[in-house]
Amino acid sequence: MSVRHAMLALLSEGPKYGLQLREEFEAGTGEVWPLNVGQVYTTLHRLERDGLVESDETSDEGPQKGFRITAEGEQELARWLRTPPDLSSPPRDELVMKVLVALRVPSADVHAVIQAHRRYLVEVMQQWTRIKEDDGADLSALLAIDAELFRLDSVVRWLDAAEARVNRAAADGTLPGADQASTRNQTRAPLPPHRREMRIRR
Amino acid sequence: MSMLELRQVSKSYGQGDTEVHALHEVSLTADEGEMVAVMGPSGSGKSTLLTIAGTLEEPTSGEVLIAGQPVGRVSRSTKARLRRRVIGYVFQDFNLLPGLTAAENVSLPLELDGLSARKARVPGLRGLERLGLRERAAHYPDQLSGGERQRVAIARAMVGERRLLLADEPSGALDSVNAQTVMRLLLDACKEGGMTAVVVTHDAQLASWADRVVFLRDGRVTDQTAAAPGPESLLTPERNQ
Repeated sequence: MSVRHAMLALLSEGPKYGLQLREEFEAGTGEVWPLNVGQVYTTLHRLERDGLVESDETSDEGPQKGFRITAEGEQELARWLRTPPDLSSPPRDELVMKVLVALRVPSADVHAVIQAHRRYLVEVMQQWTRIKEDDGADLSALLAIDAELFRLDSVVRWLDAAEARVNRAAADGTLPGADQASTRNQTRAPLPPHRREMRIRR
Repeated sequence: MSMLELRQVSKSYGQGDTEVHALHEVSLTADEGEMVAVMGPSGSGKSTLLTIAGTLEEPTSGEVLIAGQPVGRVSRSTKARLRRRVIGYVFQDFNLLPGLTAAENVSLPLELDGLSARKARVPGLRGLERLGLRERAAHYPDQLSGGERQRVAIARAMVGERRLLLADEPSGALDSVNAQTVMRLLLDACKEGGMTAVVVTHDAQLASWADRVVFLRDGRVTDQTAAAPGPESLLTPERNQ
C-alpha cells in the first residue's frame, strides 16, 4: 500500500491539512489500513522535498499547516495509477516455506501443518466477514475487505491444492522419503535439478 | 438447545472388498440460531453428512437428533412431515420441478402439508421477494438462469419458517456478489428468526459467514474453528506499523 500516492490522490481533490488527510485516508480505505499522524507528516515532508507537494509558507508546523499537490505531483500520480505493481517475482511466502519444510522434517505431519494454517486463515476470514455483515459499511470498506478476503481465499485454495498434490504423490510413491509408509515420517531427499535452480525472491 | 445433533454417525456403502466408508463416527451439533459451515474437499463426505442430517438417508450406525428427538426409529410418514415442516433442504442440483413455475415450486412444500394453493402462494411469493425474484415468479425453471434457479431452491427450502436449513453448496451457481447476498439472508434468518443452518461447501469465503466452521476429511471431522475474536482486532493501528 503506497501511503505516498494515497496522499497525492487526496490532495488532487484540493488543498488539505495533515490531520484531514489522515482522516480521509482512513475513511477512504474503510479503516482497513489505519495510519498514525507520524506516518502522515513524514510522508508529506518527503513529498515536499521531492517537489510533488507544496505547503503553506505562512503557517507554522502543526495540524493547521495546509498542503497542495504540484503539477509534478499530478504527473507522478497519473503515472503511478497506470503502472501495474510488480507481481512477476514470487514473494518469499512464509506459509509456502513452512509447508515445503514440513515435507522434509521427519517428525512433521504435513496434513496437520496444512490444516493448522487453513483453520487460522478461515478464522481471519470470519472476522473480515463480520465487518462486512454490517449494513453500514461503505463502498470503500467493502472493496478493501473483499480484496483481503479474496487474498486469504487464494491462500486457502493453495493449501487445498497442496494437500491434494501431497496425497497424490503419497499414492504414487513420489513423495520425498516415499520409501517410508506415511507422510508423517518423511526423510530428506535431494531436490531434482530443476528445483535446485528455483530461487524464491522477495 | 441443539437443533441438530449427530452422534457418532457412520455411513458405509457396499460390502466386503467394495465397501466404501463415507463417514466415520462423525459427531456434530448445531444450536438454535447458529450457522455452521462444513468444509472439505470433494469426496470428504460432506453431502452424505447433509443427507443423513436431513433424514434423506439412514446412517449405518450412530444417531441423528432433530430438536432433541432421535429420528432413527420414527416412521417414514413422521420423517416426511419433519422434512415438510422443520427441515429445509437446498440440493446441489436444485431439484426444481420443471412443470411448475418458480412461485409454484416455492409454495409446493406448504401445499403438500395441506395448505390450499391460494394460501400457499402468499408465503411463496414473499420467499421469492426476499431473494430478489418477485418478477420471475411466473417463470418456469428452464426460463431461469442457474443463479436464479439456485435462489428459487433456497426460497423453497426456507418457506414456511422452517427451523433447520441444510444447504449443499448453496452458492455454487452464483457470482460473488449474489452469493454474499444469499449468505447474508441465511445469516439474518438465523440471527433474527432463530433458524439453524448447516451449509456444506468447499468455498472458504462462503464458510466465513458461518458462526463455526467444521472441517471434514476422509469422512472424519478433523478440526473446527475456535470462537474468533471480534472484528476490532483487525482494525488496531498496531497491525500496520
